[in-house]
Amino acid sequence: MDLPYYLYSPRRGFAPPAVGFPPGHLLAEYLARLLLTGVRVTTSRNRMDFNADHFDLFEMPHTFRLDASVLDKRFREIQTQVHPDKFVQAGDSERRLSLQWATRVNEAYQILKKPLSRAQYLLNLAGHDVAAENNNAMPPEFLMEQMEWREAVAEARHAHDQDELEQLYHRVKRRMKKRYEQLAELLDDQHDHAEAADRVRRLMFLEKLLFEIDDAMAALET
Amino acid sequence: MALLQIAEPGESAAPHQQKLAVGIDLGTTNSLVATVRSGLSVVISDELGRPLLPSVVRYHADGGVEVGYEAQVNQSLDPRNVIASVKRFMGRGLKDIAHRESMPYEFEDNPGMVRLHTVAGVKSPVEVSADILCTLRLRAEASLGGPLVGAVITVPAYFDDAQRQATKDAARLAGISVLRLLNEPTAAAIAYGLDNAAEGVYAVYDLGGGTFDISILNLSKGVFEVLATGGDSALGGDDFDQRIFCWILEAAKLNPLSIEDARLLLTCAREAKEYLTPHGVAPVTARLNSGEVVDLRLSTEIFTEISQTLVAKTIQPVKKTLRDAGLSVSDIKGVVMVGGATRMPQVQRAVGEFFRQEPLNNLDPDKVVALGAATQANLLAGNRAAGDEWLLLDVIPLSLGLETMGGLAEKIIPRNSTIPIARAQEFTTFRDGQTALALHVVQGDRELVSDCRSLARFELRGIPPMVAGAARIRVTFQVDADGLLSVSARELASGVEASITVKPSYGLTDDEIASMLKDSMAHSKDDALRRALKEAQVEAQRLIESVQSALKSDGDLLSEEQRGRIEASITRLQTTALGDNRRHITLAMDELEADTKEFAARRMDKSISRAFAGRSIDEIDRGNDSAKIMGEQA
Repeated sequence: MDLPYYLYSPRRGFAPPAVGFPPGHLLAEYLARLLLTGVRVTTSRNRMDFNADHFDLFEMPHTFRLDASVLDKRFREIQTQVHPDKFVQAGDSERRLSLQWATRVNEAYQILKKPLSRAQYLLNLAGHDVAAENNNAMPPEFLMEQMEWREAVAEARHAHDQDELEQLYHRVKRRMKKRYEQLAELLDDQHDHAEAADRVRRLMFLEKLLFEIDDAMAALET
Repeated sequence: MALLQIAEPGESAAPHQQKLAVGIDLGTTNSLVATVRSGLSVVISDELGRPLLPSVVRYHADGGVEVGYEAQVNQSLDPRNVIASVKRFMGRGLKDIAHRESMPYEFEDNPGMVRLHTVAGVKSPVEVSADILCTLRLRAEASLGGPLVGAVITVPAYFDDAQRQATKDAARLAGISVLRLLNEPTAAAIAYGLDNAAEGVYAVYDLGGGTFDISILNLSKGVFEVLATGGDSALGGDDFDQRIFCWILEAAKLNPLSIEDARLLLTCAREAKEYLTPHGVAPVTARLNSGEVVDLRLSTEIFTEISQTLVAKTIQPVKKTLRDAGLSVSDIKGVVMVGGATRMPQVQRAVGEFFRQEPLNNLDPDKVVALGAATQANLLAGNRAAGDEWLLLDVIPLSLGLETMGGLAEKIIPRNSTIPIARAQEFTTFRDGQTALALHVVQGDRELVSDCRSLARFELRGIPPMVAGAARIRVTFQVDADGLLSVSARELASGVEASITVKPSYGLTDDEIASMLKDSMAHSKDDALRRALKEAQVEAQRLIESVQSALKSDGDLLSEEQRGRIEASITRLQTTALGDNRRHITLAMDELEADTKEFAARRMDKSISRAFAGRSIDEIDRGNDSAKIMGEQA
């Protein structure tokens, strides 16, 4: 019997994960087990709370500007403690918790590492669900510009012009870099969340554009 | 150096109370087993001192099984019962197997995976692989002097869920506890990285007998982090043999060959390829059953020329993978070469030219994978020395997703996500009163489900009847540290739940994962057009259903004439949506929207007047705000 597929995705945003993770008492059990099995849980970093937000998890300030080397370092430190490879010989429940923790840490790292998802996450924490808010009502001149970009990509692709694609790629990259600097000011200095949310929506367009250029380059390589 | 690394059979295990763990490279052509002895990773040889075990199994009528060189010798005598390259059949259905008509085996199609008829009965590829693994286990146990705690088994990085699961099943069948499935290029990176105390970003270029993998890793303070991986599942040393074979046919002006002669010449081609690397020129001589005589000389120049396109084909995934990692050639500190096929000088040269540096060849390309796997097995088994702490963070090679309306694949977990990983996504019902949901889990990077590999189907039943769009169904994908997927679905309002550990594998069209990946780039323009059409059709269907449902509930708001016009408009859209002109569909949708504009306004008035009853001013204000936003959107 073949059921038709009535799946419909209402949105394709970067919403943070909402996977069910264990409640606090399992966390306590987990930490107790860690101590029993002799894995280091340093006193300075024993605040590993499963329900902490991503910034707290890595003990990073809640800012858009972020020291990537510190984030990388903290990520590796935590994974070194919770990764399933460290619990291969452990019991079922411990292995399950390790899997959940490593998953949690990977997800948090991915979100903080990329500026766009980091900005969205910060806004989410501040009560702005960027992806769910209306992001079609962009100013016409912005949309026009987006269409021009896309036409340029399509033309370069059609003409098999790899150089042009590469130039477009770098131009978009440069523009995004500038936009991220402005976003940092809005989020960290001016705390203007409404304006920041608008900028993030614009950056989502540029990010998508970057994917399209990447696709076009890949298509020309084959 | 290589000789020092080979342990003698019967040699006792390391002096400490070490847990006996091994790394196994289960290859298409050859397999190896390695272990860590006195802190050094070593390949375990057989009683004749041979490190490799040909991945060939012969079945006898009396139930006897031969594995390795003995089986290989009899390949041409008893082709039906000597199974070679079984790795290509793992987790594969009959139609997934390319060139099966030229194989001497008698296949039987079976849901999920093919079976092979032998004199000893019907064998599944899992059983054949288990016989190879069992031979390696016995070799290791004889050498180490005790039963194994477990093994790390390597798989190509592009291996999908079904192939990984099949490999794990084979190990279980062979009496081996799997500590971890490890990607081959990652294993090589571990062996190289630990051997050389490497720090920085490295590329691993792995060209095996039938597969090509490229991985980019960041090595930093004992953490091996895979940044991106890519490849081509239908590209390997065998293709180079095939090119030489074709050259022989042309150069010797041969008549059409019998199957036996073809096999003979293919062997000649492989021997010539191997001879050529150290000697620069290779004689190709053979006396065929047909009486014809082949007497040719293959030079490096000719070989380079005829294999040029193959070498170039490996560079494409390299470029793509570099971009996926967000890096350029100048970021790569070293390129580790893995797989026997990387011995060919033209491959070395092409890789060197692309990366603008000499590739690293200081580890035996045949053994480096097994050596790396042994190191990880040792660590996972708990044999940790001080300062021996390191961690491996790998990725999934292909995106995982669900089929949605119109046969589109919605990606839930994108490729190159660090594992373990979980992602949840919410979906909703499409029709009023819908009580069941069929979930189709797929793997691949193409936009259409028909171009991705189908991993599993399951159903969520017992959803309480609600209006379309009211149910909230959360589908969660979890990929564990072996890269294996489990999926669960839950309706949030009612708590109805269903889950599956993805195990069976169903039909993939003939080419495999990496070629799917490649195709997704080659045809992405085509895809985009087809996808746009499908989306338009889905949207049209949604619009039709919503108008029909509105007519049903609020039809009394319309005059007979107005109703007739809307119904005619629906019929036009229905007809147009069957066609393949996206623009016409969009126009017909616009028409229907225009024809129902007045109707929608009346319906809105009706519901607003309904909503006003018994609500505060404050709430009404908020309601107006959202109505305004919706207006802007339309």
